[in-house]
Amino acid sequence: MQHYFLNKRRKFKHMGIAIIKYNAGNLFSVDYALRRLGVEPVITDDKETLLKADKIIFPGVGEAETTMRHLRENGLDRLIRDLKQPVLGICLGMQLLCRHSEEGDADCLGIFDTEVKRFRPQRHEDKVPHMGWNTITGTDSKLFAGFGKEEFVYFVHSYYVPVNPHTAATTDYICPFSAALHKDNFYATQFHPEKSGSTGRRILENFLNL
Amino acid sequence: MLAKRIIPCLDIKDGQTVKGTNFVNLRQAGDPVELGKAYSAQGADELVYLDITASHEGRKTFTELVRRIAAEIDIPFTVGGGINELSDVERLLNAGADKVSVNSAAIRNPQLIDEIAKHFGSQVCVTAIDARQTPEGWKCYLNGGRVETGRYLFEWAHEASERGAGEILFTSMDHDGVKTGYANEALAELSARLPIPVIASGGAGKKEHFRDAFLEGKADAALAASVFHFGEIPIRGLKQYLQQEGINVRL
Repeated sequence: MQHYFLNKRRKFKHMGIAIIKYNAGNLFSVDYALRRLGVEPVITDDKETLLKADKIIFPGVGEAETTMRHLRENGLDRLIRDLKQPVLGICLGMQLLCRHSEEGDADCLGIFDTEVKRFRPQRHEDKVPHMGWNTITGTDSKLFAGFGKEEFVYFVHSYYVPVNPHTAATTDYICPFSAALHKDNFYATQFHPEKSGSTGRRILENFLNL
Repeated sequence: MLAKRIIPCLDIKDGQTVKGTNFVNLRQAGDPVELGKAYSAQGADELVYLDITASHEGRKTFTELVRRIAAEIDIPFTVGGGINELSDVERLLNAGADKVSVNSAAIRNPQLIDEIAKHFGSQVCVTAIDARQTPEGWKCYLNGGRVETGRYLFEWAHEASERGAGEILFTSMDHDGVKTGYANEALAELSARLPIPVIASGGAGKKEHFRDAFLEGKADAALAASVFHFGEIPIRGLKQYLQQEGINVRL
């Protein structure tokens, strides 16, 4: 076992992983999770560095309209759209890769041609935000290579992406929604792989192995 | 389906866990990071670290510890104890905590909940309430139960939720440490009244108590300390039992 991790560490050590720096909270958790895999990511908003990176992570906790405005003001919106290397959007990062969000009526990046909607509770038990461990099913992406039928991952969100042609994993809470998306070089998860224990670790490894 | 959560709570003083443990093969049982890792490996869904140090130096040590926990633990964790103002929250979130738990300071200054929710989002704000049954109803207490307040549990929990708390962590002081089960009636009432998750705390002594907190108390999560620290209830075994009882847990 020890050996396995050592090999993994060596394997990812020289990979250029960039985490996009913008006005969103909690970029540290992703940074820490990658370091546990032996990666030494850079957190940056420098365009040259981002364009040269092997892989890019676009995390984020925050509000859609405010963060989109920040991305536009810094020219990061165009840069993200033009990225050719594998990109992994996480949580708000995934929602910003969609076309439009009900949160602050924000026009987003439009990689995934879909709307982001607010959860509307149907019963008293439907608490918003959707917070905690829930299962993903119908996994259909290299992110989930080696996955069983149902795996638990950690979610915290009040807005969701409906099931659409780019859906790469589904979770049911209030209604079935996209737990993950995939289109070309763009991958995204609504849940937090960096906080999802060993399952999350495998997802991040799969992304690094793309 | 969203799983019911099992949350071990660790009391921290001067950077070390206060209660001893029975963990075998744990090199440093007193090290909160090692203990947290062991809990995570056993299947804990989240961790709560409570700083019970009073001194300024102790706060610094705790912040350093939060940084180490964030670097090494891959499940969500909440930190609490001694959070009095927004700058405390910012310091702990910047160190890598996922959520903060506010207790006495929120009762003294309820506006603190609004501020946390506005700046960092409701999901980071756990409001902890210590309450005890009195002839007039369930009343809230401050400073670890030493000071009675004029606030009532249900009314304060509702206000906290309205102000933007993301979760209520309810400890029944009548049940805490007694190991005869959680305060299920009060939990059920909180759950019915609030639109946010409720974490049960105080009273766990055996596996059945967790089942009852979920089935009778309608809790979203159950927190315990000593039964986990002393290895009386191994977490994986507990979750297998809960699953057999028809409760959805992460296994």
